[in-house]
Amino acid sequence: MRYLPLTDTDRGEMLQSIGASSIDDLFVDVPEVARLDGPIRDLPMHASEMAVEKHMRGLSKQNLAAADAAFFLGAGAYRHHVPASVDTIIQRGEFLTAYTPYQPEIAQGTLQMLFEFQTQVARLYGCAVANASMYDGSTACWEAVAMAGRVTKRNKAVLSGALHPHYTEVVKTMAKFTGDEIASSSPTVQAEPDNAGLIARIDDDTSCVVVQYPDILGRLPDLAEIAEAAHSKGALLIAVNTEPVALGAIQSPGELGADIVVGEGQAIGVGLQFGGPYLGLFAVRDKKHVRQMPGRLCGETIDADGRRGFVLTLSTREQHIRREKATSNICTNSGLCALAFSVHMTLLGEKGLRQLAAENHRLACLAADKLAAIPGVTVLNTSFFNEFTILLDGDARQIVRDLAQDDILAGVSLARLYPGVEGFSRGLLVAVTETTSEEDIETLCSALKEKLS
Amino acid sequence: MNAPNKSGWKPTMPAGTDGKFGGPATTTGNKALMLEEALIFEIGTTETTGVDLPDVDDSAPSRLGKFARTDEIGLPGLSEPQTVRHYTRLSRQNYGIDLGFFPLGSCTMKHNPRLNEKVARMPGFADVHPLQPVDTVRGALGVINELAQWLIKLTGMHGVAMSPKAGAHGELCGILCIRAALEARGNAREVVLVPESAHGTNPATAAFAGYRVENIPATEGGRVDLEALKARLGPDVAAVMITNPNTCGLFEPDMRAISDAVHEAGGFVYCDGANFNAIVGRVRPGDLGVDAMHINLHKTFSTPHGGGGPGSGPVVLSEALSPFGPLPYTARTADGVVHLVEEESAEEFAKEHFGGPLQHFGRMTAFHGQMGMYTRALTYMLSHGADGLKQVAEDAVLNANYILRAMEDVLHAPYADSGPCMHEALFGDAGFEGGLSTLDLAKGLIDEGFHPMTVYFPLVVHGAMLVEPTETESKAAIDQFITAFRSVAERAKAGDESLKAAPYYAPRSRLDETMAARKPHLGFIDPE
Repeated sequence: MRYLPLTDTDRGEMLQSIGASSIDDLFVDVPEVARLDGPIRDLPMHASEMAVEKHMRGLSKQNLAAADAAFFLGAGAYRHHVPASVDTIIQRGEFLTAYTPYQPEIAQGTLQMLFEFQTQVARLYGCAVANASMYDGSTACWEAVAMAGRVTKRNKAVLSGALHPHYTEVVKTMAKFTGDEIASSSPTVQAEPDNAGLIARIDDDTSCVVVQYPDILGRLPDLAEIAEAAHSKGALLIAVNTEPVALGAIQSPGELGADIVVGEGQAIGVGLQFGGPYLGLFAVRDKKHVRQMPGRLCGETIDADGRRGFVLTLSTREQHIRREKATSNICTNSGLCALAFSVHMTLLGEKGLRQLAAENHRLACLAADKLAAIPGVTVLNTSFFNEFTILLDGDARQIVRDLAQDDILAGVSLARLYPGVEGFSRGLLVAVTETTSEEDIETLCSALKEKLS
Repeated sequence: MNAPNKSGWKPTMPAGTDGKFGGPATTTGNKALMLEEALIFEIGTTETTGVDLPDVDDSAPSRLGKFARTDEIGLPGLSEPQTVRHYTRLSRQNYGIDLGFFPLGSCTMKHNPRLNEKVARMPGFADVHPLQPVDTVRGALGVINELAQWLIKLTGMHGVAMSPKAGAHGELCGILCIRAALEARGNAREVVLVPESAHGTNPATAAFAGYRVENIPATEGGRVDLEALKARLGPDVAAVMITNPNTCGLFEPDMRAISDAVHEAGGFVYCDGANFNAIVGRVRPGDLGVDAMHINLHKTFSTPHGGGGPGSGPVVLSEALSPFGPLPYTARTADGVVHLVEEESAEEFAKEHFGGPLQHFGRMTAFHGQMGMYTRALTYMLSHGADGLKQVAEDAVLNANYILRAMEDVLHAPYADSGPCMHEALFGDAGFEGGLSTLDLAKGLIDEGFHPMTVYFPLVVHGAMLVEPTETESKAAIDQFITAFRSVAERAKAGDESLKAAPYYAPRSRLDETMAARKPHLGFIDPE
């Protein structure tokens, strides 16, 4: 077996040196009822590298890869070009095969990277402090709601209807068990987000208002207005961003007044990967809230010789110290995805991020104009970044399925996101990034034209 | 134990004065291949970029309304060569399994096969969106189903919730299943019993789910005290959380009796599966009466730790708990088919296969879970097969016992007399002189070129050192470790003062963690 270095001779010598007659001697504590007489049945035996690769390639080929299609899906996961050097760096064994940096003297590579990552995220979000990552955007969103409860000592969260429905589900699921009250609704399918309706739901018991920016329909809600309303009632504003590239073109949630900013970092460096692993981003605008944050934090310090170095810090918030009183039970986070994000962000830099955002927006505007010109297609949004909602004269979900047969992945239908919700059957979310060619846009437009005629 | 290995090869180290490297200070602070590296904020600029994109056209049409960004973000960029060098230099300040022996107890730092990486990058897995029409992702669903079947068969359980993102998330999933099942019976109960030796995530998880945490008493032999546990069980106890093999590296011989007693009292048994590597392919937790157990794919099934994740923590479930698992969800039904269930199909599935109303407790994450980890783990399982996985457990346990017996005359091994250990060997700091501590010993091992073991965990042993060699080490590597470990342990017992300033040869000497916590400096601040 290629991953096992011990030879039978080694095994024999080792058993002898510990005074055991056979390997079974080492499993004497296993109760009789649970002892097996050989390898577990109904499972295959070991296989060569070549055979396994072939099997997995077979499964891989049953999927339509985005690169082989005209591709327009978003809704919380975005396809961007990831520079080749990102993957080269994250495959360096010193990063790939390291553990959480518990021994900082021999983990400065990971720790310095995390310190840089935290700074990049904080600046992107317009915040004071970011942590070293969460599992993904949806779990970061719940952790933010839980944190707002600790900060305000209130337990009612008001969720914007235009928050990603999976994020809403995660928050509602967790809240069932913590006793938090969650006020949520479906989005209103109209050109502008319903800020007034959201603000009207904030009251003196509200711990936080959760608003996605850009929202699930691609619209840009006025965070400043919501922040003011929330703060006047003593509630926090949690801004959720699922497309970090947007923040190269639009103002950051922090500068618009969000108190906690969370999001999905997948779009930068990580790739689609059928939904995971992704990268939860978590930041606070005011550093006075740092001690209520969940997850790991990396901080700067010096070593015994006075040289700058980095360590995991403020761990008295965490489960391995505080146990049942911890701010979160999170342990392993998304370290390697954070590295991918940080490397990609370093390659972009301010200049590249702004160019990338501008190119996304240019192509999205182009696509929106071309789609709007098709009879039977209406563009819903007045504002958007790289994703917008269109309404079709037809069943959007069925049309998506039909176009997929011609290798056109036309977008995410609202009916897929909100199964069974009345009035959503015509809606289609269309995302456009720098990986979308003008030819792809033409392909989508002519297919829709044909379908709707 | 004197010769590091059969060939008699020994490392040669140039001995400077007092055991330190000699030589003059350098102007850069570098020491040949040991290179200092500045922060990107000190070497990058907002004008530099490592990508080629069109220039921004300020006159282009915009749909950003009043939200267009005008201020500077403050993100430094580097060109590609600078970027590659920056991160390559940083990587060299890290210890990883690829560099050497990494016996971090409870973390199962085994070799990460490179075929796994290759497979995960196949376009059909890496470049697929989670919300594509299902007909375009049949292979991806096939991976989830196939992996689910492996997990169910390896554990002898009934169903599996695939979506949890890591071990702690899986624990939460398991406890929430238990809570949901108890609520369906009309009473969620109040207490979760957790041994003192448990991972910190266990009590944190139970508390999150709204339970009061109470300790399970242990015997002197480091096992759960069955009689004391039985005496504590009652109608208020929702669940018992047990790690098996436990964090002292010992198998719980009364596991079946514990499960029976808990079930009789109307509670559920949660098993922390962090230590599954010791028994994979050899013992099925389902045969021991476990109701829920998370599996760290990033431990037992070789997906890389990546410096702290991503992990993946599927939870296998008993028949009683399966209907309560979160969405999306897979379960094997009587006809042997494994189903994937999402929001839309959940109701139909519940009626058809569980013969009852919708009972899932909700959703723990967006999308379907850690696909990139599923492909790696499945690749690993197929490589080993049922026979290879059994050998994995046996070699992991053999290696740990070999270390235990090679060290017990030098280091205090609190449970060595109670029989063999499983996949990890536990030692304490009894007998250290001169105020030397477990931490000093660990730092001494760094100088010897090893990653230290887990220290100060479990809490039940003073100055605990938990050594988990895994099965992917050669006998020669283990022998070399034993030689070094014995020598550093002897120094600790002799009160060798020089250990207090170790490590001497790492990129940094000991870091001031108190200062870091007292004046938190959590991001780069531009100089005025």
